[in-house]
Amino acid sequence: MRPDLILHVIAKFVIPLIILYALYVQFHGDFGPGGGFQAGVIFSAAFILYSLVFGLDTAEKIIPSHWLRILAALGVVIYAGVGVASLLLGGNYLDYTLLGSNQIAGQHLGILLVELGVGITVAAAMLILFFAFAGRGRD
Amino acid sequence: MIDIVIDITLLAFLAITSVAIVRMTNLFAIVMLFGIFSLLSAGLFVVMDAPDVAFTEAAVGAGISTVLMLATLALVKRPQKPYYGEAPQSHRAWLPLIVVAVTGSALVYGTWDIPGFGAPDAPAQSHVARYYIENTMQETGVPNIVTAVLASYRGFDTLGEVTVIFTAAVAVLLLIGGKRSKPAVKTNKKGEQDEA
Repeated sequence: MRPDLILHVIAKFVIPLIILYALYVQFHGDFGPGGGFQAGVIFSAAFILYSLVFGLDTAEKIIPSHWLRILAALGVVIYAGVGVASLLLGGNYLDYTLLGSNQIAGQHLGILLVELGVGITVAAAMLILFFAFAGRGRD
Repeated sequence: MIDIVIDITLLAFLAITSVAIVRMTNLFAIVMLFGIFSLLSAGLFVVMDAPDVAFTEAAVGAGISTVLMLATLALVKRPQKPYYGEAPQSHRAWLPLIVVAVTGSALVYGTWDIPGFGAPDAPAQSHVARYYIENTMQETGVPNIVTAVLASYRGFDTLGEVTVIFTAAVAVLLLIGGKRSKPAVKTNKKGEQDEA
């Protein structure tokens, strides 16, 4: 029996719950506390837990670091892109009103997309930070 | 009443934690205490009806920064003895005590002018907050005013914040990201280029 069996089993049980909770915080941020920033941090915490338990190399196989760089940039692009889209539709920059059929729908869609961009960038940035620090240790 | 009891308990725990952090020399235990400090602050934010702030404090302060500090601790591998153990005593102990006492009393004096918690005539409540509370539901249809302010009313501000986080990740990648350069490999490559 491996000495860290309990750790492995518990981590495998907990990690899906953490990811599910991150998605809940992400998409329920309009109604309850939370939003893209907190969801991104919680999402990255799941992968940090994975890499702490199963090792850094295994974690980097799941999310390669070049993906993380693309994702970190993608979040900012989504956010700024919503602003450009509202410009093209004839409104002000980041004025979501014209994105939907009426003001409420437009605001909902805009806030959802913007929070998604925040979440993606924060999750990728936190993982980049962690991998950069933790990856220094191995030669 | 129960709020005051919880406040006093949390603040007392905060004070005890800070004193313990100052007095300890074991870096690992200090990192753990930093996490506890953040969690206690998150509890205080919940008591002050700011769950969004508490959420961020618990996730970032108690979670991610603790992990990052542990990762850094694993890198530096400093012995647990304080490096200032044999440092010469160039000043007397009462000098920093006076500085701390004067600064502390100035800060306490400053708090006398702060309006009471949740006071309706406080500057934080009397400018735009009233507009947000009255109009957020009609204008955005989002029940959580904090989310509406962050993502819609002050969307440009939040775009700046996201850019800051992205910039931080880029900076860390530039400074310590990627593989560590090995001098031997480099000279080999140079030699090959020279031969070519």
